[in-house]
Amino acid sequence: MTDTSMAPPETGLRTFDYGSDEAQARVKRRYKAEARFRLYGLLAVLFAGAFVFVLLADIVRKGMPAFFEHRVVLTLDLDASLIDPTGRREIDVLRNADYNKIVMDAWRANFPEVTQRAERRRLEALVSSGAADDLRTAILRDPALIGQKVRFPVLLSDDADLHFKGLSTRISSVPGAGALDVKVNGRQVELTGSGQPFAAILADVKSGLAQEAERVGAELARLPASQQGGNNAALDAKRAELTQRVADLRRRAGDAASAEAIDFSAMPSRIVRAEGASIRLQEIGPGSAKGFLLVAPQRELSRLDSWMVATFATPESNRKASDADISWLETLKARGLIEKAFATRFFTSGDSREPEQAGIRGALIGSALTLLVTLIVCLPLGVGAAVYLEEFAPKNRFTDILEVNINNLAAVPSIVFGLLGLAMFLNFFGLPRSAPLVGGLVLALLVLPTIIIASRAALKAVPPSIKEAALGVGASHQQAIFHHVLPLAMPGIMTGTIIGMAHALGETAPLLMIGMVAFIVDIPQAITDPGTVLPVQIYLWSDLPEVAFQAKTAGAIMVLLGFLFVMNGAAILLRRRFERRW
Amino acid sequence: MSFASPMIQEPASVPEPAVAAKVAARHVNVHYGEKHALKDVSVDIPARAVTSFIGPSGCGKSTFLRCINRMNDTIPICRVTGEITIDGKDIYDPRLDVVLLRARVGMVFQKPNPFPKSIYENVAYGPRLHGMAKNKTELDEIVVNSLKRASLFEEVKDRLNDPGTGLSGGQQQRLCIARAIAVSPEVILMDEPCSALDPIATAKIEELIDELRSNFTIVIVTHSMQQAARVSQRTAFFHLGSLVEEGSTEQIFTNPKDKRTQDYITGRFG
Ligand SMILES: Nc1ncnc2c1ncn2[C@@H]1O[C@H](COP(=O)(O)OP(=O)(O)OP(=O)(O)O)[C@@H](O)[C@H]1O
Ligand SMILES: [Mg+2]
Repeated sequence: MTDTSMAPPETGLRTFDYGSDEAQARVKRRYKAEARFRLYGLLAVLFAGAFVFVLLADIVRKGMPAFFEHRVVLTLDLDASLIDPTGRREIDVLRNADYNKIVMDAWRANFPEVTQRAERRRLEALVSSGAADDLRTAILRDPALIGQKVRFPVLLSDDADLHFKGLSTRISSVPGAGALDVKVNGRQVELTGSGQPFAAILADVKSGLAQEAERVGAELARLPASQQGGNNAALDAKRAELTQRVADLRRRAGDAASAEAIDFSAMPSRIVRAEGASIRLQEIGPGSAKGFLLVAPQRELSRLDSWMVATFATPESNRKASDADISWLETLKARGLIEKAFATRFFTSGDSREPEQAGIRGALIGSALTLLVTLIVCLPLGVGAAVYLEEFAPKNRFTDILEVNINNLAAVPSIVFGLLGLAMFLNFFGLPRSAPLVGGLVLALLVLPTIIIASRAALKAVPPSIKEAALGVGASHQQAIFHHVLPLAMPGIMTGTIIGMAHALGETAPLLMIGMVAFIVDIPQAITDPGTVLPVQIYLWSDLPEVAFQAKTAGAIMVLLGFLFVMNGAAILLRRRFERRW
Repeated sequence: MSFASPMIQEPASVPEPAVAAKVAARHVNVHYGEKHALKDVSVDIPARAVTSFIGPSGCGKSTFLRCINRMNDTIPICRVTGEITIDGKDIYDPRLDVVLLRARVGMVFQKPNPFPKSIYENVAYGPRLHGMAKNKTELDEIVVNSLKRASLFEEVKDRLNDPGTGLSGGQQQRLCIARAIAVSPEVILMDEPCSALDPIATAKIEELIDELRSNFTIVIVTHSMQQAARVSQRTAFFHLGSLVEEGSTEQIFTNPKDKRTQDYITGRFG
């Protein structure tokens, strides 16, 4: 401000040159600071947005599979003598018929070659135990089906379902080279061909061996050195064994002509497919291979002109679906019997130990009942308290303390409310455990402060001139409030209530304390039935080891988030719509 | 509320009732907490005439007005002592029902404050509250008459169900007047009813006040000397919480007895 000249003494005011370099520089600095601040703000918003996006995208990616299920369409023989021997269509008889047998008979009929017990059990495990229940439901709904042959979608087990959702192993298929002669002995198969048809596969196996040799070699190098005078017997033995293995692997990998037996615990499986048959290769030489017939061919095999080799990248023992499982499923898919459909079951059935049958209906109803109790308790109590405190209560020490405590209550960790609920509602009043009634009461305690605070703010926002106008025409204090102030505050109160309810919907911890965390299959019918709620269901599922439950967890989260978005959206809409400016 | 004021001063300036007094105040003192806002005010307000309260900002005009329908009761820190009677009956008598008092003493506020409801509902609220109409026809009649009386009916007759808040400021103020007269009050208190209005709307309201004078006792607070001179028959001048001078409007404006009144009406302070 060097060029700030003193003003004429008469006024005592200074003049100031806003065009000076320094002033210009100051303006520039101001612009820069503003631009910088805007940039920070933008970055913060982008960062937060990216975070939310990644989170949502991840949940959606993981959760989408939960909304679809795979079924096999089988032609079921609904034999009247099996389902309803008496022919009187009695409900009890129909309900207790052996539907599992009907489903399993039709299922096994696809693979008549499967006779051995262990193998049969594997095959049967691919169909969900829920399939029989589906059939029962369908027949109880329409008994006229009895005696007919119907095409019926049979639910697959979670492992089969996961295979079709691409979660078992990567499968790559290449055409085989040249014609093969086939010699079948029982289920043992020998494939031979001129011109080394298996050379490429063998080379692939050998390169796998070379990699294995490298891996073992690295392990050998990591072994600690023998110590002078120490007891090194175990270490030496290990070293000798590894050295031997490396040498062995290197030799096998180097010899392109020697046959190799496949180690299914460490190597990818290779399946030859032709004529509807699947043959798992057990021993591969350049010109011939031995295999096991997993799926029988449609006609007698003697010569194959065209065939495919499928490679299941994950070794068999590292996945839940065996080579046989996958071959059966792929065969059915090739026959066009597998269908993918929207899993309405996810919304219509309760919890289950079987992932493919588990749904969120129980949790949804539980949440709805719980929130109903919460709302019924909270709204009158919260609004009543707010109206009293805001409009009627005398302003004194006691009401001040009350106000402070209500505000504090809103900040109490929710688990504390759970403990309170446990001590009060369960132990003292003896209300039923795990019941939406108790859950609702506990959540009511939790959201009551929120509703009271929001309602008081809404009441306070109504201008006093409205109340004065009512008083001016001879309305009593109470009339003025109930006729004018409260209705005007209602949108604000509703907004607060919805936000409180959304809070309650997402609450988990206090409900764990009162036992809503149990595994409950039945869908609650009343507020005193045992039940669970959506977030607790998510918590329960997230703990289960089955891979299929991961998708269910994410799917349930999607549903919960959907409800929360809708509720918060409604709150915003309400606010926009009825917001008033006086 | 205590009526034996500890602040009672010598009853020297108690005015002789010139006309039949509708409202009479004697030694009224008002405290807002520690603040002594109104000091020993005694005044008579004649029936079927317009009385205007003038005075600089903060001198207690509104405070006194609000004493007349006990609107000050809604302010917790406000304490009123002294005596105010309407038709000779003490309105601070504990046996008196405040709500009925407020029905008998209507009020129009500085800022138009219609309920955010329909025009019809605005006017019908009071009569319905007091059970003044036995049926819908009677209620309609009250609403229409009140609107007519407030010179608003012609402008709104086609949209009685539109929200009252959608009217112009002047119309809203007339709606508030209609709402006040719908409950058949005896006294209407108006606190700067035209301060938010343009000259044309103001002229309309003034005209209306002049008309209403034949049926109601009207007290109006105003900052406009011209307005006081135009609409009122009697004028009271307040200064720093005291009633300085009270008399016929003509006398106050042409021949004020007090120097402060003289200074104020000639615009030397205020
Ligand atoms: N609710 C209140 N609480 C505390 N003090 C108040 C309250 N209302 C008015 N006062 C005080 O009482 C005094 C008189 O106020 P009042 O509103 O009666 O003035 P007024 O003459 O109406 O002024 P104006 O012409 O500006 O409306 C003022 O000093 C004001 O500060
Ligand atoms: Mg005022």
